[in-house]
Amino acid sequence: MGKNKRKLEISELIFKIISYTLLTVFALCCLYPFVYAVSASLSGRQAVEYGQVVLFPKDVQFDAFARMFNDNMFWNAYSNTLFITFFGTIWALLVAILGAYALSKKRLLFRKFFNFFLVFTMWFSAGIVPQYLNYLATKDVFNSIGIMDDKWLVVIAMGMAAMNIILLRNAFEGVPSEIEEASIVDGASEFQVLTQVFIPMCKSTIATVALFFAISRWNGYFWARQMISNTNEHPLQVFIRLRLEEFTDSEFMAGWNETYASDSVIYALIVCSIVPILIIYPFIQKYFAKGTNVGGVKE
Amino acid sequence: MKAKAADFLIYDEATKTYHENPEQAVRDDVEKHYWLHVGRTILKDWRLYLMLIPMILVFLFWRYFPMYELLGCFKVSDEVLPVADQLFSGFSYFKRLLVGGDTLSLEFWRSMRNTFLLSFYGLCFGFPMPIILALFFNEIKSDIARSFYQVLTYLPKFMSTVVMTSLVTMLVKQGSLTTGMGIVSQALANLGLISREVANAGLLNNPSFFRAIYQISGIWEAAGYDSIVFFAAIIAISPTSYEAAQIDGAGKMAQLKYVVLPSILSTIVIMLITRIGSLLNIGYEKVLLLYNPNTYVTADVVSTFANRYGLMGAAKGLALAAEMMNNVVGMLLVIGANTIARKASDVSLY
Repeated sequence: MGKNKRKLEISELIFKIISYTLLTVFALCCLYPFVYAVSASLSGRQAVEYGQVVLFPKDVQFDAFARMFNDNMFWNAYSNTLFITFFGTIWALLVAILGAYALSKKRLLFRKFFNFFLVFTMWFSAGIVPQYLNYLATKDVFNSIGIMDDKWLVVIAMGMAAMNIILLRNAFEGVPSEIEEASIVDGASEFQVLTQVFIPMCKSTIATVALFFAISRWNGYFWARQMISNTNEHPLQVFIRLRLEEFTDSEFMAGWNETYASDSVIYALIVCSIVPILIIYPFIQKYFAKGTNVGGVKE
Repeated sequence: MKAKAADFLIYDEATKTYHENPEQAVRDDVEKHYWLHVGRTILKDWRLYLMLIPMILVFLFWRYFPMYELLGCFKVSDEVLPVADQLFSGFSYFKRLLVGGDTLSLEFWRSMRNTFLLSFYGLCFGFPMPIILALFFNEIKSDIARSFYQVLTYLPKFMSTVVMTSLVTMLVKQGSLTTGMGIVSQALANLGLISREVANAGLLNNPSFFRAIYQISGIWEAAGYDSIVFFAAIIAISPTSYEAAQIDGAGKMAQLKYVVLPSILSTIVIMLITRIGSLLNIGYEKVLLLYNPNTYVTADVVSTFANRYGLMGAAKGLALAAEMMNNVVGMLLVIGANTIARKASDVSLY
């Protein structure tokens, strides 16, 4: 028995050592690119271009950051992203909450059909080219009714996800019908039932879904680049990509004569786009982690 | 439901006559005026149906109308006319892509193969990583230490695709006369894993590295975050199960095999099936941001093929046909995977 127990303890210990080691290695691998990005954005030209920066900044300069902060286009891109994220999330959430509430009601006629209408878009998406043609047509319609700012096209037409509506619907279905009946007896209208009973009771799911919408808006790149023709309206992601393409162009590099490397500017841009998310991360982490657990939906 | 005689007529004992069943009259009425009843119900609950309208319009305009555009794959492509008025061309685009025998057809088959392979490698390498991570997280008993590790591994998930690919591009970028190569290429060359010339030419310009870069950056980005769901399944295991196994003399490996694995198997199966279902729905954004003409051989997927010919080139019909095939196969995979999931575990994914 004693021998057995020792064997057990040894196997536990070995596994523990292995897991700590590998986890530490993996965690460091996750962290390193960020640390390197910060260091490279702060290092001098020589150090960056000859690959002397490994972990800590060398010949510290702040000119790369200064160049970016003095760039009006950068602030413009940032405010465009905030605009798209803010209004896009509100719009998507509004549509999703209203739709999910109606779908969660058993008495809704053609409920099966409407559910299928949603779920089918998860099975079958049209693809890039048809979507492009569709957005182009939408853009024409928007322009013809006087909405010249393509950001509204991004806000209204893009970013809706059937999965999020289904998550909300399931949460609304979980609200006990007695509570709803009680509020109807108390004279609440349909709309009051939604805003004063269902929404407060499903707060955390709504927060999770709002977070999903916000993340997809913040990260949106491809369609924003395709559809927003005015460069002043470009969101941050498009701005970063265009700068990357510009700054890694060999002709551009040849004419570079600043005291800092052109790479430093790209790294500074990357750092600036991550920092705000890191700041709000502690507040949203709870909902972020929750999101994956509701992934497997029961019917 | 089978109709019985009593549904229609009722025998009245007192008067010894047959009466028409009043319920059947209502049923007949409902049947005769079905749409009238529908209208009345909708009118009574009009607020509910009003709430549905924005959602239906959004999905109709920007999810279903594109599907209608997709039907252009059967038509002679014509920029001026709407899809409905274009000439029907049958399966000519499909034939051209599938058995055309020219470079275009070869390119299409290459993109199909790449789509499948990128997903398949993701399944082989990307899928087990979060499970292994979750097992490791479970070994750390201190909550603070574990949260510390978890936060570090979730970190890359917070980057957008653009930022992630920009970082990858910079880390493995090519060297030139005046500048050195990216720090990761440099490290790999110093370790002797790749030759200095290859590293200096830029790993993203080398087709044989594209798949590795795609998978490794995928693991880097998502493994930590994806481990949450498996970790939640592992901590739900009752400690008594471990104790029982220990009393029976199970070592660590035996415990993992007989206690942990069976407990998280259903989660693994569900996640695996979801993954198989989306095998052909590759994130085209990441590929578009990482590939370049040098790496088309291994990087070009169906979406980027369609993007190149449909959006940037003028072969709209061909691009539509390519996407149609990809989407139909993808849909069959999703439905198949969902059916299996439902049969296997009583859990439907949708």
